[in-house]
Amino acid sequence: MTARVGVVTFPGSLDDGDAARAVRIAGAEPVRLWHGDPELHGVDAVVLPGGFSYGDYLRCGAIARFAPVMETIVDAARGGLPVLGICNGFQILCEAHLLPGALTRNQHLHFRNRDQVLRVESVGTAWTNAFQPGQEILIPVKNGEGCYVADTATLDALEGEGRVVARYLGGNPNGSQRDIAAITNAAGNVVGIMPHPEHAVEALTGPSLDGLGFFTSVLKHLVGAPA
Amino acid sequence: MPRVVVDVMLKPEILDPQGQAVANALPRLGVSDVASVRIGRRIEIDFTGEPDLDRAREIADKLLANPVIEDFTVRLVETDETAGARS
Repeated sequence: MTARVGVVTFPGSLDDGDAARAVRIAGAEPVRLWHGDPELHGVDAVVLPGGFSYGDYLRCGAIARFAPVMETIVDAARGGLPVLGICNGFQILCEAHLLPGALTRNQHLHFRNRDQVLRVESVGTAWTNAFQPGQEILIPVKNGEGCYVADTATLDALEGEGRVVARYLGGNPNGSQRDIAAITNAAGNVVGIMPHPEHAVEALTGPSLDGLGFFTSVLKHLVGAPA
Repeated sequence: MPRVVVDVMLKPEILDPQGQAVANALPRLGVSDVASVRIGRRIEIDFTGEPDLDRAREIADKLLANPVIEDFTVRLVETDETAGARS
């Protein structure tokens, strides 16, 4: 049976269409979820896409966290539902306390938009098991508030527990501490990533096809997961 | 009716690039004796009835501030001291 992967649309989401397309190219069925509807419609995994939910008012992701759909997603994620937050989705996961730390204004204050090399450091998560440990990938980064910060104890714990999923190589685009581009929760089912794998799934529009691995990973994970 | 004012500031250990950018602009105004500038946010809350400081603290902790990177203070002011009343 084809896996069903939900993609949430908040007011101000931008990359929900690309995320749904990436899901389809990976071989799953994308299911569009609406921020105001708490029902997950039986999806097997969820993507929180990039964009500017609620206009980034107050703090990026701060208001989206309280959307009806998020209350269901937070509970389901604690129960093991795979959730990938990309860019604004990563910010929402931090605001919802599914991931530690916070994403703040880029240190140099500039919006950064470029193709970025990452090193995948943790392949034990639901969203990265299709990669090799240490694999270098090229996917677009585009953010104004992508600077990952956390206190030293949290950063040490993330590194000690193998929860840094990817790091920036060849220049840190936003000042993120310890070059962190992506992290996971302790269970490995929730991943937040600042760059955009959904924009690197087709030769026509992306710098590579490296982003596809995140979406094929979750399908692999779902096949292997106990029912 | 008194109004609740919540001030949200980045924690001291969190870099404030906006504040730094403002501080770096000050010499262009001829100001050379400012050591640092930090930028926060002030939020004014009017309750429908009596102001409820405990409720305001809950709002600040859950939504207005992100305790990972920000501190907040909650206080009551008379409405004629607030920005809205002056304008």
